[in-house]
Amino acid sequence: MEFFRINKDIPFMSYGKLTTTISLVTFLLSVFFLATKGLNFGVDFTGGTVIEVHYAQPSDTNKVREELAAIGLGDALVQHFGTTHDVLIQVPLKHNKMGANLSEQVLAALRADAEVELRRVEFVGPQVGKDLVENGAMALLLVSLGIVGYLWLRFEWKFGLAAIIANLHDVVIILGFFAFFQWEFSLSVLAAVLAVLGYSVNESVVVFDRIRENFRKMRKAEVAEIIDNAITRTMSRTIITHGSTQLMVLAMLLLGGETLHYFALALTIGIMFSIYSSVLVASPLLLMFGVCREDFIKPEKPESEEVLP
Amino acid sequence: MNRYPLWKNLLILVVLVAGFIYTLPNFYGESPAVQVMPLRSHLKADTQLLATVEQALRDVQLSPEAISLDANSVKARFSDTDSQLKAKDVLHAKLGEDYVVALNLLSRSPAWLTGMNALPMYLGLDLRGGVHFLMQVDMKAALDKALESFSGDIRSTLREARIPYSGVSLDGEAILVKFRDAEARSKGEAELKQRFAGLQFDGKDAGRDYLLQATLKQQEKLRIQDSALQQNLVTLRNRVNELGVAEPVIQQQGADRVVVQLPGVQDTARAKDILGRTATLEVRLVDDDRQIGVNGAAPFGTEIFQERDGTALVVKKSVILTGERINDAQPGFDSRNNEPAVHINLDAVGARKFKEATRENVGKRMAIILFEKGRGEVVTAPVIREEIGGGRVQISGQMDTTEAQNIALLLRAGALAAPMEIIEERTVGPSLGADNIQRGFDSTKIGFIMVAVFMIAYYLMFGTISVLALGANLLLLIALLSMLQATLTLPGMAGIALTLGMAIDANVLINERIREELRNGVPPQMAIHTGYENAFATILDSNITTLIAGVALFMFGSGPVKGFAVVLCLGILTSMFSGVMVSRAFVNLIYGRKARLNKVAIG
Repeated sequence: MEFFRINKDIPFMSYGKLTTTISLVTFLLSVFFLATKGLNFGVDFTGGTVIEVHYAQPSDTNKVREELAAIGLGDALVQHFGTTHDVLIQVPLKHNKMGANLSEQVLAALRADAEVELRRVEFVGPQVGKDLVENGAMALLLVSLGIVGYLWLRFEWKFGLAAIIANLHDVVIILGFFAFFQWEFSLSVLAAVLAVLGYSVNESVVVFDRIRENFRKMRKAEVAEIIDNAITRTMSRTIITHGSTQLMVLAMLLLGGETLHYFALALTIGIMFSIYSSVLVASPLLLMFGVCREDFIKPEKPESEEVLP
Repeated sequence: MNRYPLWKNLLILVVLVAGFIYTLPNFYGESPAVQVMPLRSHLKADTQLLATVEQALRDVQLSPEAISLDANSVKARFSDTDSQLKAKDVLHAKLGEDYVVALNLLSRSPAWLTGMNALPMYLGLDLRGGVHFLMQVDMKAALDKALESFSGDIRSTLREARIPYSGVSLDGEAILVKFRDAEARSKGEAELKQRFAGLQFDGKDAGRDYLLQATLKQQEKLRIQDSALQQNLVTLRNRVNELGVAEPVIQQQGADRVVVQLPGVQDTARAKDILGRTATLEVRLVDDDRQIGVNGAAPFGTEIFQERDGTALVVKKSVILTGERINDAQPGFDSRNNEPAVHINLDAVGARKFKEATRENVGKRMAIILFEKGRGEVVTAPVIREEIGGGRVQISGQMDTTEAQNIALLLRAGALAAPMEIIEERTVGPSLGADNIQRGFDSTKIGFIMVAVFMIAYYLMFGTISVLALGANLLLLIALLSMLQATLTLPGMAGIALTLGMAIDANVLINERIREELRNGVPPQMAIHTGYENAFATILDSNITTLIAGVALFMFGSGPVKGFAVVLCLGILTSMFSGVMVSRAFVNLIYGRKARLNKVAIG
């Protein structure tokens, strides 16, 4: 079986203008939604209390709300979580003075007239949320610098820069999705975003590797032809690899339960866009930065070493 | 050309077999168990305790599946929860308050596996259920208290040295000492500088007053903060023992935070109550003239407390002073004979009361009792040698340095220098934990099957080999996680699934390369060889970038994210090995021996 038997190179670089425009538009849209709607930060970052309870009988959220209002938590967010048996209660941080005992009071109130099982409590104080935001930003910065540095070392600074721009573009788009749909942005989503950053650089590296190889092999070709050839030759691998990873992530999305839902969702968006960005963003950028054969000719090893066993 | 030398094949075989052995314990599952741990320092988990536990269980016809003794506990494993609960009650009744009897889960893996340190993966709280607290120590309170104690000391020092001063007051983070003239101030400064190495003294004039401003030196601040934190750690450990938790984690995090993890605890209200309780300390006189009654009854006006080595002590009911009067307690040495000692520092009121009490009771013993949960325990009971004034007390004799440290810690625990506050709580109920395991397991399983079916259909024999390599990767990853006993969380399980999805990349790269070479008319053996050679550099580069992301996540992530990062990093390492080495070994075994190979099954 073979999906991609392409004999002629696809002239990706001639679409450069179009694809960069598409990227720019999605990117600007993402930034727009991030700026206007903002991220719906979860309790990990904002602080507050989340309580998940399981009712033996189907529950009524209105009744839960009334019961909570009776103990002074009228502004608690109450919603069903998966099934009507499961209820998620979110209490904002301003009730902090009830402190760590809040969950007990809530449970006591709910247990008054129904059989309720505690599934999970998360209480995050304001100090912790601030630290998490700072650490998340630090991690993002460190990953970006690390990747640029490594690619600079292995290839050339142009490659490092092109790859990181392409992949930060993925990150911004994931965040844009989360802002647009107001999906909850939690600590595990942040982990997924950073994993995508590392993962989608993979993609760029594979293409770049081919470009470097082509510079050595295709001595007479134009730079754009070289890039087109590299992308066409690696396309099959790109689709298959991402398809496999997506199969895994899909299993997580469908079977992983609510906790892993947004994690898997962030990965899904990340995988989709990393295919696009490494092919249609990183490479045109590389062309734009003026990559040329001379970048690689310096350490030229004898050609024979490449092919012979 | 496509053959591995024998040593390489053997190496791969050895790694795979080791991986299999260390993965094995995860298949046996866990059984309910009871864990008995001694609470007092003079009690040891030894063969005698083992025998007692065995006998107690035999008496009520409970037969544990296995019973074992390790460094600090005796563990007995049962087939069902009913016998486990029954055993807990029986052992608790038999052993009393000196032992913790905790419920636990123990691996059912056979002894030979446990013997070679092959344990199942260590599950995080989100998978096994339990409570996680992050507590913040109020360092400002600790520093304030230290300043207050210093200002008391400054007063008494000046008084002792007969240097006139008109007042000592607290001003934010500084102590202000007021003198009437410059001469007194310079004398005072010299005296104080000599006594208080941890303070920085600066002269300051304001109006008609000659002021001396004392501030804490940076290293003194750090020392106070560190000792406040250590003290809270000790207090928390003592209290968690009371909860009867099998494998509690109590760890310092950063400069001013403490993580407390209590696996299996469901009653969070009780946990918070016990963790948040303040201990109190009382100093009373020992009544050595009176004997304990025949049936253990205390004589009139006295109470009986146990010393830490278990001997009973008759102590008077009237209290000389309480823990609030203790400013500090530090281990050190007796200045006269260099024996280990504990130095206690009392505040002004405490010093006066202590002076009176010691004057009247020279030659008698006094007991320092720590009360927690309404139960008192004698920390130490020294003899009063002479009248002690000035609020500086030294306890010495018949103790070694560790003992001195323990006593100082317990005394400080009673005085609790810095309050703690819960700033993060994560509780996971047992049903959710079990669900999470099931979900993580299911998604990995289904994902693996889907990828396997696709790979085999698409690449035929080479796809099968890739799937075998992927299986090896999963095996090695689980083995590594079990060996390192890294905490496996739900995001960690997601990490396993994700690394498997990413690991297939190596094989896809290789297989695509081989196909390409074949298409260019390269003979099969050569195509396999170049395919592997050319793909390797790419595999290395792409894995290193992901590894960079993994390491950054590990450094800055907390809790569940850290679990994900650990799995991601380990998974990249195992996938490099399995994707390149293991798959190549299979290919070599299948195709490498054929001298004349015309066709390979790569789809």
